[in-house]
Amino acid sequence: MRKTGMRKTGMRKTGTSTASKPAGWRAWRAWLLDDSPGSRGQADAGRAYRLTAALLRNPLAVVGALIVLGLVLTAAFAPWIAPASPIGQDLSNRLMPPSSAHWMGTDELGRNIFSRVVHGARITLTIVALVAVISAPLGLIIGAVSGYFGSWVDRVLMGLTDMFLSLPKLILALAFVAALGPGIENAIIAIAITAWPPYARIARAETLTFRQAEFISAMRLLGATHTRIIIRHVLPLCTSSLIVRATLDMAGIILTAAGLGFLGLGAQPPLPEWGAMISRGRAFILDQWWVATMPGIAIIVVSLGFCLLGDGLRDVLDPKHDDA
Amino acid sequence: MMREMPDGATDDLLRVQNLVVSFPGATRAAERIEVVRGLSFTLARERLGIVGESGSGKSMTGRAILRLIRAPGRVAATRLQFDGIDLLALPERGMRKLRGARLSMIMQDPTFSLHPIMSVGRQIGESLSLHESLSRRERKQRVRAMLEAVRIDDPDRVAKLYPHEISGGMGQRVMIAMMLIARPDLLIADEPTSALDVSVQASVLQLIDDLVTERGMGLVLISHDLSLVARFCDRILVMHRGQVVETCIASELHRARHPYTQALLAAVPRLHETRDTLPVLERDDRMST
Repeated sequence: MRKTGMRKTGMRKTGTSTASKPAGWRAWRAWLLDDSPGSRGQADAGRAYRLTAALLRNPLAVVGALIVLGLVLTAAFAPWIAPASPIGQDLSNRLMPPSSAHWMGTDELGRNIFSRVVHGARITLTIVALVAVISAPLGLIIGAVSGYFGSWVDRVLMGLTDMFLSLPKLILALAFVAALGPGIENAIIAIAITAWPPYARIARAETLTFRQAEFISAMRLLGATHTRIIIRHVLPLCTSSLIVRATLDMAGIILTAAGLGFLGLGAQPPLPEWGAMISRGRAFILDQWWVATMPGIAIIVVSLGFCLLGDGLRDVLDPKHDDA
Repeated sequence: MMREMPDGATDDLLRVQNLVVSFPGATRAAERIEVVRGLSFTLARERLGIVGESGSGKSMTGRAILRLIRAPGRVAATRLQFDGIDLLALPERGMRKLRGARLSMIMQDPTFSLHPIMSVGRQIGESLSLHESLSRRERKQRVRAMLEAVRIDDPDRVAKLYPHEISGGMGQRVMIAMMLIARPDLLIADEPTSALDVSVQASVLQLIDDLVTERGMGLVLISHDLSLVARFCDRILVMHRGQVVETCIASELHRARHPYTQALLAAVPRLHETRDTLPVLERDDRMST
């Protein structure tokens, strides 16, 4: 009873300040921003609303979010967006400059570059998602085990991590692809193998802060095994900082994937991978600039989008950064 | 209520003889520092209080019994027997089976001893799922019953709360529920009330006392509060610098003979105080014998 009363007065207050907005929205907003939420659902919704609002106040983050959203939508609806088949050749229309018929021109086999860039979004998104799905949990587990057990386990695992960190990412990925054989699956595996060390470092640092904590001791004296403690009690506490870091890393993953494609070790022709497309266009860069430039622009825009979004997320989710 | 058991009963729950807990010294060459030095006692299904000042080795004794002292700490004893089982010879796997199920420990501060992002109900259930295979429904019922046993009024609501949403006293009740749900035989309570305020202390202790008597468990109550231990225990062990300096029946604490115990007792303020200054512990050679 008391709570509903408070909600009503809160509504009236915000009502006077935002008189131009429709009444329904005002009620919603008041409900979301209520200082004493009546249910857990309301509290969660309120928090989500506040986070989104904070993110929206940062214009760069909005740009990033829009780019990432655009990438996802493009990848999802590629066959409907693309005007032509990404691999359909039309040799009578080779190397046509951008025009109303071919928005980004055509390449040396007469394929529509716009269609290829649109379909390339699928490949890029697949690589990014799979690498994140493989490397983040891998790093998480290695870091948590290392931090939890300490002593020689820590030394061995962190030594391994340091070895991976000491080599440049692209070079290491190149070596792995060279060993595994070119192809998109192997490129994903190679990038994932090179991407886990930073996550392991983060997870270890987080684990160290609470490995001596009382609640871990409490679980030990209840008779829980180490495996159980790590999986059920340590890992959930490390994930939040890892998610932000993974978003920030996406741009790097895209660039590495494009780099491998450019060197002919990633996706194989005729797959419309952006890096591979630049590599093919290199031969005509002086006379037919659009062949290499268009996929290049796509790479820049998408990695910029992930960077901006990751930056924005970090600022919003970091409680120490709370100046909004 | 079984208040007193005859001394030297054969069905001792816990026998500790010459327990030594040591840590490495500051340098590699330095001798190991012994924080518990040759402690011996036996415990039947009774309530034993261990008192002593900070750093006297009380908590280390509790942890050593559960073998929860992490390297580089080391535990040694001529005998460390729980219900006929030699704890020191037991492999880690066997030890895990005992912990929580038959031997349990309540920790000092509930705000640090509960997992921050796990709901209270799930945490209490953890102990059950470790030692008993129950269906989800049965487990929920047991958790509910346990929460009621620790006198939480609204068990269904509380089970869904997270540790930061409950008060200290409630947190300690949850901790007790978590440690007692698997029905252990021996409960070690390591300063269970030092993080709570006075009014809550009494009710939490009363709760532990009731549960212990009701289930016929053995209790080791570790505390620095002499009067509190005297009120809730049958026997008292006074520790000083890692050794037991005096053992006495709780009701006869005021007749303690050891100078250290006497000094401790003298340092407790009385209600109608006539002394101008409270005596501070004067350390002399007689104490460390």
